[in-house]
Amino acid sequence: MSLLRSILLRREAGIAVMIVLFCLAVGMVKPQFLTLGSLRIVLLLVPLIMIGAMGQMLVIVARHVDLSIGSMLGLTAMASGMMFRHYPEIWWPLGFALSIGVGALLGLFNGLLVTMFRLPAIIVTLGTLSLYRGITFIMSNAKQIDRQYVPSALKSMSQTSPIFGIPWIIFIAFGVALLTYWFAMHTRVGRQVYALGSNPVAAPLRGINVTRVTLLVFAISGAFSGLAGILYASRWGFVNPSNTGNGFEFQVIAAVVIGGVSINGGVGSVAGTVLGVLLLGCVSAALPLLGIPGTTQSAIYGAVILVALLIDRLVRMQGQKPATAGARA
Amino acid sequence: MTDTAAAPPLARDAAPPRPMWHVVLVRPETMTLVLLVLGVIVGSQLSEFFLDINYILKSFTLSAEFAIVALVLTMVIIAGEIDLSPASNMALSACLFAWAQQAGVPMPLAIVIGLVSGVAMGALNGLMVIGLQLPSIIVTIGTLTLYRGLAQVIAGDKSIRVPEWFTGINAVFIAGIPVPVLVFALLSIVLGLVLGTTMFGRQIYLIGTNEVAARHAGVRSRRIRMILFLLMGFASAVAGLMTASRLGSVRYDLGLGGELQMVLMAMLGGTYIFGGRGTILGTFLAAWLLVIVTTGMIVANWLPAWQLCVLGILLIVSIIATNFIYSRTQR
Repeated sequence: MSLLRSILLRREAGIAVMIVLFCLAVGMVKPQFLTLGSLRIVLLLVPLIMIGAMGQMLVIVARHVDLSIGSMLGLTAMASGMMFRHYPEIWWPLGFALSIGVGALLGLFNGLLVTMFRLPAIIVTLGTLSLYRGITFIMSNAKQIDRQYVPSALKSMSQTSPIFGIPWIIFIAFGVALLTYWFAMHTRVGRQVYALGSNPVAAPLRGINVTRVTLLVFAISGAFSGLAGILYASRWGFVNPSNTGNGFEFQVIAAVVIGGVSINGGVGSVAGTVLGVLLLGCVSAALPLLGIPGTTQSAIYGAVILVALLIDRLVRMQGQKPATAGARA
Repeated sequence: MTDTAAAPPLARDAAPPRPMWHVVLVRPETMTLVLLVLGVIVGSQLSEFFLDINYILKSFTLSAEFAIVALVLTMVIIAGEIDLSPASNMALSACLFAWAQQAGVPMPLAIVIGLVSGVAMGALNGLMVIGLQLPSIIVTIGTLTLYRGLAQVIAGDKSIRVPEWFTGINAVFIAGIPVPVLVFALLSIVLGLVLGTTMFGRQIYLIGTNEVAARHAGVRSRRIRMILFLLMGFASAVAGLMTASRLGSVRYDLGLGGELQMVLMAMLGGTYIFGGRGTILGTFLAAWLLVIVTTGMIVANWLPAWQLCVLGILLIVSIIATNFIYSRTQR
């Protein structure tokens, strides 16, 4: 009984229930929502957000935030796209290496600025958001990478695979989630990320190399953005210097905060983040079915961030003892 | 800045009070002023236009809206909070205004609707940050997305025209100064006086330096921060309407990315990102500096992409420099 209780009281259970209720509600209005076809739509919507969310989750758990991921996605996708355009004969998986490598370097640069000069991540990444987008424009001469330059083998990754025809990109996204789970829960550095976020003052006193851990989470965030970048090229088949990845950071932050990652650091799970991403995917897939125009999408992401913050706050208030809650107010 | 190396390292408790010239020289605002003068000199080498005050004033009208919001943002940052939503707030309040007047609401009422909605948006930020004790960074990232999204819902992808007589506020001159620049200058003086000379202003610094201590000292921290968020909403709405007047039409992407420039103006002016330090004078100078830099890049025919890079780099360099100056001179 107490096991069931503890499962039900977990944050993840709440999100799972919300997903089920939402799908049932939409299914009542539009029965075609509850079919395998729309599951495929949902699963094709989420991979990029899921990969970005894994990196962002680690950054937020460490009590930072990374606003530059959309620009990093654009820059890394452009880098690979330009490589494909210049060397059409190149072995195409090299695009993954290039994008992930460039992304890790960009993330490392964010991390260096944050750790070396003790700057707040929000301002640093607001600056690099602009800087990386500018670099993307300059290196591409503001020209788009068109469909014919993206290798067809790369594009087919988003369409099919030998395993039941489920696209590779979905396997990659869930693979990244598993990898992040292993990193966060079963490695020493992963646990140090949580320790750092729970108490940044105590962390160095306990022998945690704060600089190293911070650099690592930003580098991971950049590398995952790079992976999302090459998969963007695969999914959409083109790379545009201004659109690619624009606003990606808000979708990812929305997914992460719905997933129960606390913005005060130290709290957050991969399972919750995955569920948060799926909920966001269900909402996005349901909108066109319900006849709601696509222009509402951004407003919904914003509202979702605020509602998730609200829930997070209410949950924390429940946890507090009444006396302390009164003293704070 | 150059004189720090000359001073011998003294034991801190034995250090004599710093000479006045030293205090004045080693301030972030001085750095901004030096950069501003340098900017004008370099600019005048590029083009004759830089010595023409009218040309500079005209260029300034393009950023005056952001500069007006940046003044209030400076006070918010000094109080230890941040607001990333003003550019979206500008878009939404302008869209609401344009939508209302298109629906047949009389102009004065439509303007009031725009202004009130801006204040309401500020109030929502304030309620989330102060009422619910959520970090302003994440809250305003959320409202940044929400307000822009709502603007898109209202206006769609179309642009809404505003009446002829409402347009062209940037072309109205009073005593040879365009109205937006005049508003900016007057607001700088008013807010500078409020922040520098009144009890309210001192309390803002106190809150930003140590919020808990300020509350224990009897400063009504919650009320003051709420006022600042409301003021932020109002300033954004005014800026939004001014932009609508300058452009002659409203689209949902009005002022897109403006939060970067606003934060940049505050940071370039030496406002300390962790709160408690900064001046309106600094932001005032920084706004001119930014206009000189962007105008210079346009005159020199740089691609807009380079401007994105330069703005990003400037933001990072300016916080590094400001943090460095404060850590050396004012412990």
